[in-house]
Amino acid sequence: MSKQPLLEVKNLKQYFPIKGGVLGRTVNHVKAVDDISFEVYEGETVSIVGESGCGKSTTGRAILRLDEPTAGEVNFDGEDLLSLNKSKMREKRKDLQIIFQDPYASLNPRQTVGQIIEEVLKIQNIGTSSKDRREKIISLLETVGIGAHQVDRYPHEFSGGQRQRIGIARALSVNPKLIICDEAVSALDVSIQAQVLNLLKELQRKFQLTYLFISHDLGVVRHISDRIIVMYLGKVVEISDTQSLFENPQHPYTRALLSAIPSMNFEEEKRERIILTGDVPSPIDPPKGCRFHTRCPYKMERCAIEEPVLNSVSDGQRVACHLVEKGAVDYTKIPVNS
Amino acid sequence: MLTFIIRRFLQIIPVMIGVTLAVFLMMHLIPGDPAQIMAGERADEAQVEQMRENLGLNDPLHEQYLRYVGNAIQGDLGTSIRTNRPVVNEIFDSRIWITIELAFWGTVLAVIFGLIAGIISATRKYSFADVSLMIVALFGMSMPNFWLGIMLIYFFSVNLGWFPIVGWESWKHMVLPVITIGSGGAAIIARMTRSSMLEVLDNDYIRTAHAKGVSERLVVYKHALRNALIPVVTVVGLQFGTLLGGAVITETVFAVNGIGRLVVDAIKARDFPMVQGAILVCAVAFVLVNFLVDIAYRLINKRIDLN
Ligand SMILES: Nc1ncnc2c1ncn2[C@@H]1O[C@H](COP(=O)(O)OP(=O)(O)OP(=O)(O)O)[C@@H](O)[C@H]1O
Ligand code: SF4
Ligand SMILES: [Mg+2]
Repeated sequence: MSKQPLLEVKNLKQYFPIKGGVLGRTVNHVKAVDDISFEVYEGETVSIVGESGCGKSTTGRAILRLDEPTAGEVNFDGEDLLSLNKSKMREKRKDLQIIFQDPYASLNPRQTVGQIIEEVLKIQNIGTSSKDRREKIISLLETVGIGAHQVDRYPHEFSGGQRQRIGIARALSVNPKLIICDEAVSALDVSIQAQVLNLLKELQRKFQLTYLFISHDLGVVRHISDRIIVMYLGKVVEISDTQSLFENPQHPYTRALLSAIPSMNFEEEKRERIILTGDVPSPIDPPKGCRFHTRCPYKMERCAIEEPVLNSVSDGQRVACHLVEKGAVDYTKIPVNS
Repeated sequence: MLTFIIRRFLQIIPVMIGVTLAVFLMMHLIPGDPAQIMAGERADEAQVEQMRENLGLNDPLHEQYLRYVGNAIQGDLGTSIRTNRPVVNEIFDSRIWITIELAFWGTVLAVIFGLIAGIISATRKYSFADVSLMIVALFGMSMPNFWLGIMLIYFFSVNLGWFPIVGWESWKHMVLPVITIGSGGAAIIARMTRSSMLEVLDNDYIRTAHAKGVSERLVVYKHALRNALIPVVTVVGLQFGTLLGGAVITETVFAVNGIGRLVVDAIKARDFPMVQGAILVCAVAFVLVNFLVDIAYRLINKRIDLN
């Protein structure tokens, strides 16, 4: 891994205006992503996890400028994507691709598989003639396990797993450096999930890809990630290498997420099970101080007032919590409130 | 596809039975004695009886109905009392073509303006343009045709003198009636296009298109609009029926000699065969247009379903 990050997200904010009334005035904002920073190094697989609505997809879209972010920087390969003009950005899209969750909604129903891939090849000036492009399309499809005879079919003629493979072929077609996989396997059956994950891993080796993997499922993420970013209500609460995260989770929210995985029984004696109660607060008016304080079993007085910042607790593990301000904490020694 | 067309065509039959029955019964449901009304107020007893016999009103009802339908199929819709010419000739010699012209341009206007406004609104959601267009559309939908027609005449013909007030001779005569008749449809199509576009634009395949580097314009026209148009087609079909209803009012306001005005004049003159004939022709036209729209809709969707 090189020292220079391939992707560096700095103080990224994405506020969505809420419009109200007949005249459509902005009455408030959804703070979907609120000042987050992280890096992804070349060849890595970094995952973003968190409950539904915490801003994972929004982060992915903001990096690609599929939504225009409110503020921040997205440095990719040493260039701030947010400062590029539209046509420069369109060229740059060659290097960053995305795979979406819903294989039914992410392919245009009116384009054949061949057209879907050909379009991006043409835009990004790949291939010299249509014959050349056709060959490339067929070889791409074969790479992901779709037969050449299926190239002129429409998306509805394929199963969910096959569609996801088509999405992968499309993303691969421009030789990107980074692929954002937004819940790329969540909609698939468990057995198909494993197949698609293996395919993604294989392709990563073959094409030296870097992945930003978005998932709400820590179980999926565990086997493929080098590092994991835990988000809660638009904020990053913990960034850690995968092993430390699973063996020694430091943020109370991370611990809660791990507790929710039934099959996890390592270090059971050391780990208090944290069962989350209450709903996730609204991102329109998030809690002051630590955003997790309304649900945190370790909540202290200052938690509702002062916002914790990301602190290094060990090499490769950073946590935003007042408890772990002075380094890693042994949770067996801390009493749980109430 | 062929089975679909046949099945859809068979559905027309019960509709047509209903329509002819309704038109036929009009004759019997109107207050008073149709023979008396048709023979005129000053007709004596014998003349009324003669009229009753001529009209076959003494036969059993079902026989009368079958005869009516049989004649109608052969293109005989009776004779106009007012002009003494066959109703079919009265309708098809000129008047229905004027109405078709009016309805056609009204539809063209509704589709063009509706689509443009809908696309502008959807791609600039909540902008000033969107909000103003949708307010205008709301007015367009709720404004009665006769009121809009009178207002247009007042401003553009009387005050500004840009267009003639009444008649149907040059394109200048057509502008205001076409606007009057098309505005409601334009408003509905605009709102429909907007909501359909907004729904489509939120799909991941639109984000995929952006991520590919497809230009904004092509994302809207190639990826979004084509998918958004599907529900709009249905609305366009339904609009046509409203348009025929609107023709009666619009033609009256602008003194255009179409079938709508023919109906109004016939009602005023108690020319029942004429009224019946005109209504029947309009109903058939409506049913046929919807039949064609259904097939068109199916053809558009076909590419998704079966290709
Ligand atoms: N275009 C938008 N306009 C307004 N609010 C939005 C928009 N996109 C997302 N949000 C809101 O931002 C918040 C974060 O949404 P996001 O889709 O990023 O969550 P997520 O972590 O991906 O969740 P999930 O696991 O359900 O996909 C949610 O409250 C969502 O309702
Ligand atoms: S800062 Fe306080 S409320 Fe937030 S996670 Fe840590 S202990 Fe819990
Ligand atoms: Mg999501």
